[in-house]
Order: sequence, then structure tokens, then C-alpha cells
Amino acid sequence: MPDGFSAGDTAFVFICAALVMLMTPGLAFFYGGMVRVKSTLNMLVMSFVSLAIVSVLWVLYGYSLSFGPDAGAGLIGNLDYLGMRGIDLNALTGTIPVTAFAAFQLMFAIITPALISGAIADRAKFTAWSLFVALWVTIVYFPVAHWVFFFDGGNGGWLGDRNGVIDFAGGTAVHINAGAAGLALALVLGKRIGFKKDPMRPHSLPLVMLGSGLLWFGWFGFNAGSALAANGVAGMAFMNTQVATAAAMLGWLAYEKIKHGAFTTLGAASGAVAGLVAITPACGSVSMLGAIAIGVIAGAACAAAISLKYKFGFDDSLDVVGVHLVGGIIGSLLIGFFATGHVGQTASGLFYGGGFTQLGKQALGVVVVLVYSFVLSWLLGTAIQKTIGFRVSEDVEVAGIDQAEHAESAYDFSAVGASLARALSTPVTVPAEKTEVDA
Amino acid sequence: MKLITAVIKPHRLDEVKEALQAFGVHGLTVTEASGYGRQRGHTEVYRGAEYTVDLVPKVRIEILVDDDDAEQLIDVVVKAARTGKIGDGKVWSVPVDTAVRVRTGERGPDAL
Repeated sequence: MPDGFSAGDTAFVFICAALVMLMTPGLAFFYGGMVRVKSTLNMLVMSFVSLAIVSVLWVLYGYSLSFGPDAGAGLIGNLDYLGMRGIDLNALTGTIPVTAFAAFQLMFAIITPALISGAIADRAKFTAWSLFVALWVTIVYFPVAHWVFFFDGGNGGWLGDRNGVIDFAGGTAVHINAGAAGLALALVLGKRIGFKKDPMRPHSLPLVMLGSGLLWFGWFGFNAGSALAANGVAGMAFMNTQVATAAAMLGWLAYEKIKHGAFTTLGAASGAVAGLVAITPACGSVSMLGAIAIGVIAGAACAAAISLKYKFGFDDSLDVVGVHLVGGIIGSLLIGFFATGHVGQTASGLFYGGGFTQLGKQALGVVVVLVYSFVLSWLLGTAIQKTIGFRVSEDVEVAGIDQAEHAESAYDFSAVGASLARALSTPVTVPAEKTEVDA
Repeated sequence: MKLITAVIKPHRLDEVKEALQAFGVHGLTVTEASGYGRQRGHTEVYRGAEYTVDLVPKVRIEILVDDDDAEQLIDVVVKAARTGKIGDGKVWSVPVDTAVRVRTGERGPDAL
């Protein structure tokens, strides 16, 4: 391998890429448990299909548009790497092979559109969703990733490299991007039948907990891996990720205990994800105490923000806006206050003597990505709605999208009577089990 | 003949079943049911959205008995199902015209 290659960094980034890959199935479970039984499979596969579509597009042209040499003004990569041609086996990005970097970044491109799916649970045609994923990553994610993540000595992406917007692991490019798109699609598709009237309880909170645990685990790859090296910055990002997530869970739980009178498991899971989102852009530039502050603020603020959809009457079904858009904005802006100037990145925030300069840059990044993603997602969603139709028919939505779109059911309930049959039989050696716990 | 129907708390099923066996009942039918009486339901909250859950899980037991045994059997069920707390359920009986054992074709009390 050429000079500058680090086997340690390379091994670390490959492992992190695999961790980030696992976040998409984790997200599928997180979302899948939150919907009603009749649309569980649809919710799961909306995330899974992103693994399929985006991986192929990434090799065909996605990597080139995102990380190919700049085509001008830091707006998009050129087509030099179409089909990943011309990438030398030994070529490096920093200290790691380009292939390792491409694999790591691919996983980010996969999970970003998957995040959007929560905003339109229970009601999107699967073909329309698949088409949306393909078009959305092409015209929204790939360019925005170039703006934010492509560094080339001041000639890279216009937000990150040229204007100094700090986004360590994707607060703007991933979370604000997906959150704004989720808002746009929730508006284009409209409310679910029975929104605010019928109970839409999560059908499996254990599945939600499992998903949030997998997300948390994978997020170490997402954040620490964004150092692209097994070094002190990665260590800082790792610890910041852990403490911000912990603090956010406490913040969310405290908010809902005060406001609604109960600590809920869904609140614990949601608070953790809100913290993960908020620390994502900031984990390479703040201290661990700063990370705790960001976590608490994000946890409580996102817990409050999820009621916005009822106030304004848009059906962001699984709170992509309340968690990812709001959490992403909070994390991105708080860098302007908490950036220490000596951890990872060099810019200082307001609390560390840097004045308002960095806060201004962060606000630029937030506004640009939010507006760009919202407008293009709304146009794209509307175009799909007006042509092939984005939303399933009323009959399908009421009966359940799993059977109509996928010809399957998530669970086999034919054995529901088994618990009773067991209770009624007289066991020979084992003590009789109790049946259902009283309500 | 009488059909006795009991809607009880699910966790009392074992006690009722054992009491019926001790009384000499040879067969019964159990179904999972949901409903509410004076107990009403409870409130659940998911991400700030509060839901009133009206229907709570219950178990429905159906027993066919001879007229002579009916009143005593109702007492057995009620005693076994009672916890003394609200939501213990209801027991009632209705007259039955006929009953047939499918395997043998026996009719009336012989089919019980």
C-alpha cells in the first residue's frame, strides 16, 4: 500500500461501515414496532428496500456525484467515477483506501431516505416509495452529501469545506435532510384515515426497544467512524455519542413525566434517538460536558416538538420532523455555542470565545439544507402523486397495506388460543402457567 | 338444561376450572373475550398522545348443565372467580332446548 496508509484506521472504518449498515434494519424495527399490526411489514420493508436501491445507485453514479472531483462551486461531484471506474485499488482517502471510504459513506446514503419513511407510515404505495427513494437520493442526498462531506483542501463541498459549516457525521446532510423531506411527504400524502380520531397505538414496543438499541449500537460507527481514523477524535466522538444519548433519554423522560405523568418505554427509546441525532453533527467539536448539555436540551425539546403535528394538523406519523428535523437543527445550531475549538475541529463557539461567527455558519447550513430538501422533496412527491399516485386507496389503507402491497401478514394469529389450551391442560411435571395477566 | 356463561378475569380461569372439575363438570368451552362493565378501561399515553382503552381482556366460560345442577354450579363459578375487586365479571344462565353429542348422536341430558 502507498505511503500514508494505515491498517488500523482502515480496519476501524470497515467495522464502522458495518455498524452503520446495521442501523437501517434497526430503524426498520424502531419504526415497525410503532405502527399498527396491519402495516408492520410495509414499514419494515420501506427501510430494507433502501439498502437495495441505494447500494446499486451508489456504485453506478452516487459515489461519483457525492465524492467525485468537484464539478464547480462545490455543488456536486463530476462523473469521473461512474460505475466506480478509475478508482485505483491502492488509492487513499486520508489514510484509508477509497473503497473503505466509499463503503462507509454508502451506509449513510442508505439510512437517510429510510428515515423519511416514518413520516408516511401506513399509506404509501410501495412502487411509488421505491421510485421516490431512487430519485430523492439522486437529486437531494448525493448533492447535499457533496456540499457537507466532501473535503478537498478548500475546493470541496460549498457548505463544509468552503464555508466552514461543522457537520461531523450528518446533522444537516442526514437528519435535517431526512426530516425536511419527511415533512414535505407528510404534506403531499395527507393524513392517515382516522388521524387524531382513531387510536393508533404502537403494536409492539419491544420491537421499538430492540430497534432503538440497534440504532444506538450502530451509531458508534456513524459518529466515531466519521473521524475516518482510529484516533483521539474518534474516541471523543464515541464518548460524546454515549453521554449525549444518555442525557437526552433523561431529558425526554423528565419532560413526559412532568407533562403526561408517566415514564414510558417509547419515551426512553425516542429520547435516546433524539440524543443520537443531536450529537451527530457536534460529536467531533464539543466537550463531553457540552455533549451532556446538548443531549438534555435535545431530549426535552424533541419531546415537546412531537406535539407540533397535532397543533398544525400534519400527520408526520412516526415523528420524523419532531425527532430528526428538530434534533438535527438543535445539534447543528448548538455547535455555534458549544464548539470548544480544540477538540477535532478548530472553530470556537459562543461559549468558548468564538463570538457569533460559527453560529452564523451553522445557521447557514441548517437553512440551506432544510429549504433545499423540503422544496425538492415536495416537488418530487407531488410529481409522483400526480403521475403514478403515491398514496394507496382508502380500501387498502383501512384493510391494511401489508396484504394489499406485499401479500403477507406480519404475524400468524391462528395459534392465539394456544395460551388458553395450555392453561386448561393438566401438566404432569411442570407447574401450571398462569394465563393472561389481569388488566 | 341450562347454558351457564361466565365472563371473568383471565387470571381466575385456573381457579374456576379446578372448582368445576371438583364439582364434577366434564366439559366446558373457554374463549378469550374483551369488554367492560363498571370497571371501565384505562388510559395509555404514547409520545404524548393519550388513548382511553375501553375494552379490557376477559375470559368467557360456557358450560352446559342439567337444570338441577344449575344454581349450585353458578355459585361454584362465582366463588372461584371472585377477587372482591371491581371488574370480577358476570355469570348468567339461559334455558337450552337441546344438545347433541356429535360422536354418538345422543340427545338431551345424555349428551352432557
